[in-house]
Amino acid sequence: MDRKDILSQINKIFIDTLDNEEVVIEETTQATDVEEWDSLTHIMLVVTIEKHFKITFDSKEILSWKDVREMMDSIISKVEFNN
Amino acid sequence: MKEFKQLKKNITKDFTGMKIIKVAILGDTSTQFLTQALKGLGYDNGINLEIWEADFNQIERQVYDLSSELYEFKAEIVIVFQSSHKLLGKYNKIEPNQHLLFASNELDTIENIYANLTNNLKAKIIYYNYTEIDDSVFGNFANKTESSFLFQLRKLNYELMSFASKKQNLYLCDISSIQNQVGKSNFFQPHIYISTEMVLSIDVLPRVASKTIDLINTLNGKFKKCVILDLDNTTWGGIIGDDGIENIQIGSLGIGKAFSEFQYWIKKLKNRGIIVAVCSKNTESVAKEPFEKHPDMVLRMEDISVFRANWENKADNIRQIQSILNIGFDSMVFLDDNPFERNIVRENIPEICVPELPQDPSNYLEYLYELDLFETASFSNEDTERTKLYQIEAERAKVHQKFTNEDDFLNNLNMLSNIQAFNKFNTPRIAQLSQRSNQFNLRTVRYTENDIDRISTSDDYVTFAFTLEDKFGDNGLICVTILNKEDGKSLFIDTWFMSCRVLKRGMENFVLNTIVNFAKKNGFTTIKGEYIPTLKNDIVKDHYLNLGFEKYQSYFSLETQNYQDRKNYINIKK
Repeated sequence: MDRKDILSQINKIFIDTLDNEEVVIEETTQATDVEEWDSLTHIMLVVTIEKHFKITFDSKEILSWKDVREMMDSIISKVEFNN
Repeated sequence: MKEFKQLKKNITKDFTGMKIIKVAILGDTSTQFLTQALKGLGYDNGINLEIWEADFNQIERQVYDLSSELYEFKAEIVIVFQSSHKLLGKYNKIEPNQHLLFASNELDTIENIYANLTNNLKAKIIYYNYTEIDDSVFGNFANKTESSFLFQLRKLNYELMSFASKKQNLYLCDISSIQNQVGKSNFFQPHIYISTEMVLSIDVLPRVASKTIDLINTLNGKFKKCVILDLDNTTWGGIIGDDGIENIQIGSLGIGKAFSEFQYWIKKLKNRGIIVAVCSKNTESVAKEPFEKHPDMVLRMEDISVFRANWENKADNIRQIQSILNIGFDSMVFLDDNPFERNIVRENIPEICVPELPQDPSNYLEYLYELDLFETASFSNEDTERTKLYQIEAERAKVHQKFTNEDDFLNNLNMLSNIQAFNKFNTPRIAQLSQRSNQFNLRTVRYTENDIDRISTSDDYVTFAFTLEDKFGDNGLICVTILNKEDGKSLFIDTWFMSCRVLKRGMENFVLNTIVNFAKKNGFTTIKGEYIPTLKNDIVKDHYLNLGFEKYQSYFSLETQNYQDRKNYINIKK
């Protein structure tokens, strides 16, 4: 699973969770760039991503990501650990 | 059950025309998602919950400060959610020598919150009980150590139940039972809690919302009153017509056990006041035989209010049952093992609840337990008598067919009605009827026992409670009116509701005669009434016009001066 692949999977989750077909995220995207991405939807994103990749984030990670890149770093490290 | 994400999408839908219910939520953890889940599930239930949410951990400030936003909002329902995790936090902070008193001190706090809320707000309180968590300091020994957290938590849950049983307006929402069903690891996610202060997992939110809305619906008179049973492979194993009475499966052996346990459950529902009816494709005499003769049957003929066994289609039979019982289809549950029959009934009567019974009868009960269909907000002696009342009604319906003239039939019933003002003996039944009456209810204002107490002692009101009995039996208290003295001259009918068991007996005329006679004796010249439409009360749309009232813009009015007593065949019982 390369980063591009993971990004496109996350993008789908964003579209579905934020209920907005037009959301396009990049690795550099931050919460402030997406209107619907507030602290509440963030938790829904976290839970949905966890389910999708069958991983569990550490509590300190959840609130520490500055952008999508860091979120992806967490995902990749967890997925690799599982394999 | 829908997922939280789907419920959330409901929030932006159109709520116009739905009943508005004002709900306040007070939590010691973050409740935003719970609020969204409730709002969204409300949409699927046809109710528009207008929710005010306190900032988290503001319970005491909101409750004890009479100028707080909570009191300004004037909620009809206040949900208080104090979590087990915060409870553990409090336990951790106190001195060990105080641990023994922990539950009683907490209960004192809750009693205070309840007293303040109900003294300053005309609201019902829903309190979430405590999910079981153990700090594992004592291991199994916690169970015999009164100062342990586990002991104190369980004690608090028990004491809460005991407190709620004495308080009219306190209802416990049993979220602990949800955790028992889904397991603690699905109920609570530590990493989400640590980063967000939310104790409910996203996945469990719909269940918690659903259990809460069940309560809210019940408090608004929307609950199940009747269960209709199929027989073959639902009530017993096998097919009575083919297998014969000695070969159907029931009793303590093999799969028979599943059906016996199912029947015990139905019997307990019946004892609680749920009406049990039978709808089966069978020859009537064959279908009745097990109820009369089989030694292992738990259900007997006297448990069944209406018994329909024939070869007609089930939707028509259920309509017949409905017309005898006179309750809404949405208060009925139909249990049938056959998916084909279930679909026919669902298609023809969309309001009725038809659970998808699992294929294996041994799973029936666990499935039905989890659906938790039979919520109630009250329980009285009258409930246990209900089956008999409806059996009598079925009997009466048979006699009615013999009379061609309505007047002859009514005269022949030898009806007697006792009239009383509200008092401490009839108050529970009046409050209960106020919650249950949906169809014959002119304004559908719901009153609790406390409200009824208040009204009965106020000089501003005149109250009447009517019973009705006839040669077939006693219907008990079936009709209530509350008259508000607007001034020395006119009486406003604040409340008039009647049990649908006694429709078409001339009771309306008898009641109006009683009201007008009172008015004349006490110098009132005008009686005013109002009809507030709901989804259910269409049958009384023209009630006041039929009784000779004249319509003004928003109300109906009757002058007492030239009133002639209206015809009926009911005599006053002293």
